[in-house]
Amino acid sequence: MLSIKNIHANIDGKQILKGINLEIKAGEVHAIMGPNGSGKSTLSSVLAGREEYEVTEGEVKFLGKDLLSLPAEDRAREGLFLAFQYPVEIPGVSTTNFIKAAVNEKRKYLGQDPLDAVSFLKMMKEKMAMVEINQSLLSRSINEGFSGGEKKRNEVFQMAMLEPKLAILDETDSGLDIDALRIVANGINKLRSSDRAILLITHYQRLLDYIQPDFVHVLYKGKIVKSGTKELALELEERGYDFITEAADMANL
Amino acid sequence: MNATYFKDQFQQLQTENDTVHLAALRAGSFGTFDQKGFPTTKLEEWKYTNISSLFDKEYQISPFTDNPASLAAAIEEIQLPEHTNANVLYFVNGRYEPSLSIIRSTIEELQVMPLLQAASAGFQEIIDQHLGESSVYLKDGIHALNTSFITDAVFIHVAAGKELSHPVYIYHLADAQHQAILTQPRSLVYVSKRAKIQIAETFRTVGTMDSFSNAVMEVVVAQDAFLEYYKLQNDAAHTSQVSSTHIHQTGKSHVHTVTISLNGGLLRNNLNMILDAEGNETHLYGLSLLKGKTHVDNHTLIDNKHPNCFSNQLYKNIADDAATGVFSGRIIVQPDAQKTNAYQSNKNIILSDQATINAKPQLEIFADDVKCSHGCTVGQLDEEALFYLRARGISRELAEVLLLQAFATDIVEQVKIEPLRQHIDTLIQQHLSIQ
Repeated sequence: MLSIKNIHANIDGKQILKGINLEIKAGEVHAIMGPNGSGKSTLSSVLAGREEYEVTEGEVKFLGKDLLSLPAEDRAREGLFLAFQYPVEIPGVSTTNFIKAAVNEKRKYLGQDPLDAVSFLKMMKEKMAMVEINQSLLSRSINEGFSGGEKKRNEVFQMAMLEPKLAILDETDSGLDIDALRIVANGINKLRSSDRAILLITHYQRLLDYIQPDFVHVLYKGKIVKSGTKELALELEERGYDFITEAADMANL
Repeated sequence: MNATYFKDQFQQLQTENDTVHLAALRAGSFGTFDQKGFPTTKLEEWKYTNISSLFDKEYQISPFTDNPASLAAAIEEIQLPEHTNANVLYFVNGRYEPSLSIIRSTIEELQVMPLLQAASAGFQEIIDQHLGESSVYLKDGIHALNTSFITDAVFIHVAAGKELSHPVYIYHLADAQHQAILTQPRSLVYVSKRAKIQIAETFRTVGTMDSFSNAVMEVVVAQDAFLEYYKLQNDAAHTSQVSSTHIHQTGKSHVHTVTISLNGGLLRNNLNMILDAEGNETHLYGLSLLKGKTHVDNHTLIDNKHPNCFSNQLYKNIADDAATGVFSGRIIVQPDAQKTNAYQSNKNIILSDQATINAKPQLEIFADDVKCSHGCTVGQLDEEALFYLRARGISRELAEVLLLQAFATDIVEQVKIEPLRQHIDTLIQQHLSIQ
């Protein structure tokens, strides 16, 4: 589904990603872990299409298409979803209208008719129940005055509504207390399916107690320095990143 | 346009119905105009708005249209939503037209009549006291020009204790089919004690010649009365306007105004609030969506003369293309006006390199126990918010429209006549989505 080959990326002339390779197949859950500053958020930004990042080398295929040549909105319409680490507050735009616009822009792109009001409301109700989000949040402006947990729940709700093929969850666990984390993780688990891939980006192993990944990769200094199964995450939790980063630094000397 | 033309026109005015007061007012005002002429950008109050150059061309003062039938379509097109539920006043070429106007409120609630009849209908005292009082604050030649030519003005009186259930819609039509036209509508509104009125005003020019509207409305709001005033400017690019609204709160009362400027050439709005009693409350909102070469200048003045008055102003501009937005907000707090609360905010979004915003807050505070604040922001659309919307599959164009609508929404929400609010909302959506 997603094939990343030798990606190098800069921001403001500073090289952050230095040759990333990753293959993700439908139905798989991958976790990318790594210490602060290793390039985790840069990777998600490059995949989602933030224009301030410059890709200098490498390619990304998403469902056979050249992802990097598409603008951010077309990536979303093709089925890529980024749950933001810091969801943006947008006063004056109602969450419901926003999601309706997003759903219908995607349908238009795919050559489908827009959803009528009844079908849209039915879909909203279904997904609201699935991710345990309250109607009152959705009638407010996008994320305005939401708590950290509410913002993340809203991200998962949008993911449910947009039914992406690949969801990238950027530090979705950050800033959540244990109850909020459980609710958010439950929502994500309900969205796991055999035709959907999930890429979890996280600093801590904590999230992976709730969402069990098939593969775990460690990102360090802009490269994936180790890959393994979920046991790798447990080992990181126990031993910290040092045993991997030191080995990587040694190899680079 | 030379002064001789106006002098001739002034001398030809028929004046048999004039009261002594009106005759003196007109003569004095013409003297002022004759002396000062059109304001130039050398005057501080006109620094950012050049109207004198507009008068290089030959506008005609033509109170009568030569072909009334040609305005039939415009008479319908100008109508605001739920027109049939409103008291409707038409001005044609600056002249109040009783024959087109429809009053739906009862005569015990609302009286609307040509100003010259009002003096003999028992309103002479009000007229003598309040007609022309805006000249104390608006001292320039263009204002004097309107006062010089007060003839077919309208007088609107809401009786004490009456809350009108029908809003008052004022429609201004200008016939510019054959010549460039100068129209000078004039109105005097008296809102008696404990009365309530909603007024909405809009403008339309027929024909492709230029039109210039030099409109003056004076409003008196008495003890415990309530005024809502809405102005919608959405006329063609070859139409210009100086529109002065002078509101005098003579007793503790409440005023709520919203000025929406969408299309037009050069638009100058003067809005004066005279808070002339203790405990007045006033709210001023404005939204200008500027495209092309449109120039909108909102000048507000709040004169706090007595203690414990509250005022709040929020003006927003979105400037695209080569458009210009001006906001000048002057707040005067007189020595007696202790415990004044006066707030002012001006927020601007600039969408193009050629667009200009001029902002000028002026606080003149002569009392020592007051709360006054002013703030101004000028910026672009938030890139982070745009990216968030795009990351959900919304095109950049639609994302921009959504953010601009969001910026506009807290002004539009202030329109309390629901069908009018929806109408303005629709106009704004159309205005923002045409690229």
